[in-house]
Amino acid sequence: MNRFLLPLGIFIVLVVFLAIGLSLNPREVPSPLIGKPAPAFELPQLHKPEARFAPQDMQGEVWLLNVWASWCVSCRQEHPLLVDLANSKLVPIYGLNYKDPRDDALRWLKQFGDPYVLSIADVEGRVGIDYGVYGVPETYVIDKAGVIRFKQIGPVTQDVLEKTILPLVKELQK
Amino acid sequence: MKRLMIALLCLAAGATGFAREAAPTAEDVVVEKRMVAISEELRCLVCQNESLSGSQADLAKDLRREIREQIGRGRSDQEILDFMVDRYGDFVRYRPPLKGTTFLLWFGPFVLLAVGVVALVVILRRRGRRVAPATALSAEEQRKAEELLGLAGKDKP
Amino acid sequence: MIPELGHFALILALLVSLVQGTLPLAGAARHSLSWIALARPAARAQFLLVAFAFGCLTWAFVANDFSVLYVAQHSNSRLPLEYRISGVWGGHEGSLLLWMLMLSGWTLAVSVFSRHLPDAMVARVIGVLGLVTVGFLAFILLTSNPFERLLPAAADGRDLNPLLQDPGLIFHPPMLYMGYVGFSIAFAFAIAALLSGQLDAAWARWSRPWTTAAWVFLTLGIALGSWWAYYELGWGGWWFWDPVENASFIPWLVGTALVHSLAVTEKRGGFKNWTVLLAIAAFSLSLLGTFLVRSGVLTSVHAFATDPRRGIFILILLAIVVGVSLFLFAWRAPKVGLGGSFGLVSRESLLLVNNVLLVVAAGSVLLGTLYPLFIDALGLGKLSVGPPYFNAVFVPLMVPLLVLMAPGPLARWKHAEMAPVLKKLLPALAVAVALAVAVPLAYGQWTPLTALGILLAAWIAGASVIAVIDRLRAGVTGQPLHWWGMHLAHAGVAVFVVGVTLVSAYQQEKDVRMAPDDTVTVGGYSFRFVGVREAMGPNYRAMVGELELSKDGKVLRSMHPEKRAYLTSTMPMTEAAIDVGLTRDVYVSLGEPIDERAWSVRVYYKPFVDWIWGGCLLMALGGFVAIGDRRYRMKKAAAAKQAAQGAAA
Repeated sequence: MNRFLLPLGIFIVLVVFLAIGLSLNPREVPSPLIGKPAPAFELPQLHKPEARFAPQDMQGEVWLLNVWASWCVSCRQEHPLLVDLANSKLVPIYGLNYKDPRDDALRWLKQFGDPYVLSIADVEGRVGIDYGVYGVPETYVIDKAGVIRFKQIGPVTQDVLEKTILPLVKELQK
Repeated sequence: MKRLMIALLCLAAGATGFAREAAPTAEDVVVEKRMVAISEELRCLVCQNESLSGSQADLAKDLRREIREQIGRGRSDQEILDFMVDRYGDFVRYRPPLKGTTFLLWFGPFVLLAVGVVALVVILRRRGRRVAPATALSAEEQRKAEELLGLAGKDKP
Repeated sequence: MIPELGHFALILALLVSLVQGTLPLAGAARHSLSWIALARPAARAQFLLVAFAFGCLTWAFVANDFSVLYVAQHSNSRLPLEYRISGVWGGHEGSLLLWMLMLSGWTLAVSVFSRHLPDAMVARVIGVLGLVTVGFLAFILLTSNPFERLLPAAADGRDLNPLLQDPGLIFHPPMLYMGYVGFSIAFAFAIAALLSGQLDAAWARWSRPWTTAAWVFLTLGIALGSWWAYYELGWGGWWFWDPVENASFIPWLVGTALVHSLAVTEKRGGFKNWTVLLAIAAFSLSLLGTFLVRSGVLTSVHAFATDPRRGIFILILLAIVVGVSLFLFAWRAPKVGLGGSFGLVSRESLLLVNNVLLVVAAGSVLLGTLYPLFIDALGLGKLSVGPPYFNAVFVPLMVPLLVLMAPGPLARWKHAEMAPVLKKLLPALAVAVALAVAVPLAYGQWTPLTALGILLAAWIAGASVIAVIDRLRAGVTGQPLHWWGMHLAHAGVAVFVVGVTLVSAYQQEKDVRMAPDDTVTVGGYSFRFVGVREAMGPNYRAMVGELELSKDGKVLRSMHPEKRAYLTSTMPMTEAAIDVGLTRDVYVSLGEPIDERAWSVRVYYKPFVDWIWGGCLLMALGGFVAIGDRRYRMKKAAAAKQAAQGAAA
């Protein structure tokens, strides 16, 4: 073999990788929590601060945990989809209200509709850290055994909902 | 202008006070130092490419608080790094862990160096054997080149 | 109307570049003198058209023409004039036009300063540059037209990113691009040589000053960028191993290797293939850097707003330019002769070791920069490669390079005995060891790494001093300028190493809460907080802190760090106040207000930090002096200069 071809060979491999790289999103970080039990917590509910909620309460059910905040602009984008999904009663949605003053959060729900069975108030953002939240909104699909099966980072889109989340939910509900 | 005057007056008034040693912003300087060292190893997830220690993002502030608290609870540096990796994956570490997928990353440069040095020695030896009879030709080349430049005979280094 | 004229000039430039990229090359192949003769006029017309287009865009900025989309996105009527002008390259489209201006400027320079070269060679070089120009003009016109209109026009512009409203923007990108694009000349010479089959010492002598010039600009550009980051970002760092920084550093490392291997090719006719490959690599890596910065495949603080079409376009451009060049290399290189012989220990072999180390270093930085992309593309997850990795890998590779820098220039060509060289260097070694012990102790903390840094720096500087004394004592007068240039550049490396070593080991910082009259002391310097007042800038509102700096009870000066809120941006900006000194910087930046009286303040003491950029400046100066060497001049000028030197002596 001609050793002078070596640089060209290396370059071609590089270009192939760069071409694949163009189709990837370097900012999306997959969660290491997928396939692991949802981290435990116990927090007051947003509407009834005296009542508390823990993910263990959801054993035996498939559910969505949606992280949202009133200050989060792209939450508004996915919100109508969540409201529709809640009306379809296919899967219960629980909200994790992330680092939000209570009044703002309640006003926001009044204004845009409340798709959540209930919302949990994570004022300090500690549960958010345990769930590896970094870009609100985020949505987790949690199965009957309490294991996280899927995580959507950023707003849920029609596409993701129909092609990924709902089929997965149906599969898990069996 | 008026505001400036007032500000200047305040400055003048301030100058008459007694000097005190400023208090550190951090509650505990030792903890803070460890926190900074740890957070420099970690990547801020919401920023473009900044370390946790340099970032002003809210999440970065929360995570720095978390690190401080964990130091307070007596956790080791490694435990704190593991805590972060458990939640955000290897992506948060600026120093990738040594494992199957990072072997090439960590050993690549030194393999490259070894290959380079071996290739160098092999080439030099082979060259030494091949080049000897060709010297006359290359001298001719040299002369021709200098002729082309019109510098023949001058400027010998 | 004027933006349309600019747009039209770019289209004309594309047509000219099509001529420039084809006929001279064909003419050189077919020995057609009339086609060869087209090269120079085409290069000049090309430059005039691109310069005209650039002028049109500048005019649109100066005149606040917000009906031009790019101006509306990157300027504002309240932006001061100097930033309206430098705002031209404050975004993707305009900076690409700047890149283009540099490319046609370099081409023009070749067409002017090449009278001593054979016309066919010049035609090939200008032709190759013409082909690169075609690619970039097509890129600008098809995906990144800076003259696109915004109808209806915006009432006012969105403003330039406040981070860019700084003198750094005026100087850093033009210098950096001069360097990046300058490697295109070395590249074009290499391709021209491969095309003609004329790969000899003459070729190396022709392309050497151009390569050194590009390297000088790149050195300055990188140093300016580093300095800008140091004073602007407010946390006093000077290098972050960010992908975009690496994108400029990798070509620098390869360019440095090229500058050295060209020396062998020119003087001894050796390493010809290797030199050609490096010349291709240096420019290819500049193109790769452009791709990385503008395509969004890597996350970086500096990345431009991205558009997938652009990424695909540059990737194709990169694939064609580099692919064809490397193919040409693989085809032509096997036929090239080996050049003069040399021993296993000789100046040549030491320079080869230098090349291996620099290229391995460049390869390692490239590997670290692209590794997250590789892993992601293979579906193996996401990871980050940051400063801890690069420091761990890069520093060990530099140590042998620095060690060899001292004996290298003293070794003879062809065959060297190391024993006399080392004997000559003994005084340097003795001084270096003494300093390595003493300097860290003087700072009160001795660590092996600090000692090593000082040892290496003193070793290199000492070797240069010995070389100079040696020549002076031997009564050799009139050393060629390139010899002085080399020693100056090497001394620059020593200065740089001192800066890096001392600032990393002995910098001190304190984060404190300061109310009026509070004091804080760092590195022997005391700051008394006087207060904070409000001030208005042309397009921002600032909180200006005042601190009184003193040492040993003597007041030195008053410092004014700022916190600025730009009217068009929500992002607060920190403007640090720095007291610059030969042996230390004292650095203050204002944090957040804590209550009505107190602010959080961060103070730094940074010993020898300016030596980092001073060293770069010396390296660039060395390169600049080397370009002045008379043997690069045409015959007439050389004779004239020699006569002048004779008269002066």
